[in-house]
Amino acid sequence: MPAVLETKNLTFTYGGNGPFRKTAVSDVNISIEKGEFIGVIGHTGSGKSTLIQQLNGLLRPTSGTVLLNGKDIWADPKKIRQVRFQVGMVFQYPEHQLFEETVFRDICFGPGNMGLDQEEIKRRAYEAADFVGLRRELLEKSPFELSGGEKRRAAIAGVIAMDPDVLILDEPTAGLDPHGRDVLLAQIQNYHQRRKNTILLVSHSMEDIARVADRILVMNHGKAAMLDETEKVFARGDELEQMGLRVPQITKIMQILQRDGYPVGSGVLTLEQAIRQLAPLLKSRGCIHAE
Amino acid sequence: MEYLQAQNVSFSYDTEEGADPVQVLRGVSMGIRKGEFVALLGHNGSGKSTMAKHFNAMLLPSGGRVYVDGLDTLDESLKYEIRRRVGLVLQNPDNQLVASIVEEDVAFGPENLGVPPEEIRRRVDDALKAVDMYEFRMHAPYKLSGGQKQRIAIAGIIAMEPDCIVLDEPTAMLDPRGRTEVLDTIRKLNREKGITIVLITHYMDEAVLADRVIVMDSGEILTQGTPREVFSQVQLLKKHKLDVPQATELVFQLKAMGCNLPDGILNEEECAAALELLLGKPG
Amino acid sequence: MLSDITLGQYLPGNSVLHRMDPRVKLILTFACIVFIFVAGNFWSLLLMAALAVGGMILSGVPVGQYLKSLRAIIVIVVFTSVLNLFYGSGDLLFKLGVMEIRTGGVLNSVFIAIRIVSLILFSTILTFTTSPTQLTDALERIMKPLSVFHVKVHEIAMMMTIALRFVPTLLEETDKIMSAQKARGADMESGGLMQRAKALIPILIPLFVSSFRRAYDLAMAMECRCYHGGEGRTKMKSLHVAGLDVWSCCVTGVFFAAVIVSNIFLPAFL
Repeated sequence: MPAVLETKNLTFTYGGNGPFRKTAVSDVNISIEKGEFIGVIGHTGSGKSTLIQQLNGLLRPTSGTVLLNGKDIWADPKKIRQVRFQVGMVFQYPEHQLFEETVFRDICFGPGNMGLDQEEIKRRAYEAADFVGLRRELLEKSPFELSGGEKRRAAIAGVIAMDPDVLILDEPTAGLDPHGRDVLLAQIQNYHQRRKNTILLVSHSMEDIARVADRILVMNHGKAAMLDETEKVFARGDELEQMGLRVPQITKIMQILQRDGYPVGSGVLTLEQAIRQLAPLLKSRGCIHAE
Repeated sequence: MEYLQAQNVSFSYDTEEGADPVQVLRGVSMGIRKGEFVALLGHNGSGKSTMAKHFNAMLLPSGGRVYVDGLDTLDESLKYEIRRRVGLVLQNPDNQLVASIVEEDVAFGPENLGVPPEEIRRRVDDALKAVDMYEFRMHAPYKLSGGQKQRIAIAGIIAMEPDCIVLDEPTAMLDPRGRTEVLDTIRKLNREKGITIVLITHYMDEAVLADRVIVMDSGEILTQGTPREVFSQVQLLKKHKLDVPQATELVFQLKAMGCNLPDGILNEEECAAALELLLGKPG
Repeated sequence: MLSDITLGQYLPGNSVLHRMDPRVKLILTFACIVFIFVAGNFWSLLLMAALAVGGMILSGVPVGQYLKSLRAIIVIVVFTSVLNLFYGSGDLLFKLGVMEIRTGGVLNSVFIAIRIVSLILFSTILTFTTSPTQLTDALERIMKPLSVFHVKVHEIAMMMTIALRFVPTLLEETDKIMSAQKARGADMESGGLMQRAKALIPILIPLFVSSFRRAYDLAMAMECRCYHGGEGRTKMKSLHVAGLDVWSCCVTGVFFAAVIVSNIFLPAFL
């Protein structure tokens, strides 16, 4: 598989050469394949926000390069807008960027900037609205009349409508209630499966990451501390804890059992997996009294 | 009468002319004892935030009564007496700080109450120490982290020397570290200063810390009890779109398969211990 | 980043000037600025400049900081000085076409330069040693007598306090919204004036909406903290005029007197 997004010695320093300069990202080398779903974790200040803003050219690296489909995105700075269409970015609390008179026109803002013809813009906007489950009658309303969850989905649709090859989402579920969070996450998963594009999802919720990610990128002190399959990253619970991160609760339970000598795996990610491992064990010891 | 007493409270508001008013609370009754730590749980639109704002007379019931320390919130002349007793901390840490220096912000409440200057100084210092932010007293709020800002907001309430603090989703916009900071602060205030806490949240792992959990849904109380009692009702909670800690749900599902496990498991350690007890010796 | 800009340039410290009553500092600074214009000849102006330098030293703020704040207005100083070079009588020094530089012009431009620099120095000393909150506080108390004329002094001061508090927050917010719109392909760097103005709409509207949301939240938070206007309010930090303030008033007073005396008795130019 060819890498869709790759970084070479990526470094970013805030504050120029002044006395208060701070290296937010240092020497990051990662390679992300087409169609992958990557979870990005790291505590606040670990450099993950600075990293993702360099991936779509909002921040220009101090040194090092970002390769999109093998090409340096800053090869021609005048064409950086094209990069932003290919690498879509959904910021934290994206509903704060809504501004148009109607939801539909707001979703059209991105594709409109791409210079597409009207028909194509409309087609994409409707498709994006479908992906995030916005009913048609909502599209003609003012974005400021929507509920919190609907606003969030409208804003995400505005980025999806650009049909990016890579979609980066910075904590898309922050501030939503558990139900809203589950629905949105399922929609993102569905979008990924149907579009088969690449997704980077930044989240503080390990349970969410465990549910959706193929691989996890762990950022710590501006460095890419790990980039590996989800099971393998969560199997390193002790190291994650030292970085101020945790593993999903279910993974932790199984790790305690494994540590105490029970024959279970350490990279269990979901409730279903845990039950699949525990059921035969419990049965063999006669703990299940099935009627 | 309990310290906070809601008697058959209903609340509705009009959206536009002619349309039916929106009914947010439908006859809620609850009492919260002095010194208690209560978590008010529910998904968005369940009415939990609306309920919270009734406890310091920011909202007044359309029907029923709310009493704070025996004071009726409908009595306009008692408004400031009530707000001095019950402080409200809001969700967004950026939008509730008034001054551009931490200690001056904390002083805002007591200044409004007309407390003498030396007394304000003492209260501000005490409040900042109570939330562990004393060394930041000369900082500008916008340079602090979300968790720190939220603790300053709490200090601003404590400086009014209230009996009770109501927190309306204080951690919803914070990262895990900020959440822990704020929750630790809340528990400390409850334990050490005996301040009554009403914590509005939709995080189950926060509700677990409380003495009592009240679950709200569509403007009514769905269920209440100790965290263990409430979280053993897995099916009820799931039916009302609330999530349940994974440890609790694992035990619930294994029990459904016929395993003999205890009810109301709340965290991973308890869950693992219960499983190990059931499985017997490893190997 | 936009949020690096801070309003005012308060540098915390514990110098004589830091400890002075902000009301006295505000009034003295204002008086000094007036006296810079009262000063009609080089002698009196140099007295005021000396007072400014004295203030700089007493503030305990490194000279570099002052130079930095002067750097911002160097263009204005040079521009006005150059302009003044060509006005004035006296001996002809230099001639280029219709442009003539005479001794009077040179003296004029030097005079103006010193005047502007001292002006900036006085106001910088004030902002370096007084926090914005102290300034609003001082302003509120100085203007207090105006409330007799139904001027809402407390409300004005509260608005200033809140504005100061929210400027950095809103700048940060602007930064975020700009990034978000750029990520959707908004083009803010090219095009004509109209196009650029239009490109601001996606930034200004969200900024407006969020300001209202913040205002709503803040109003609620203030009410929760028993805010009910200026009536019956106390202040944690009470201001009182101390010996230090009396002394500084005396010293400045002596300088002012000297300025008036030299204005009357000394010749206009060196």
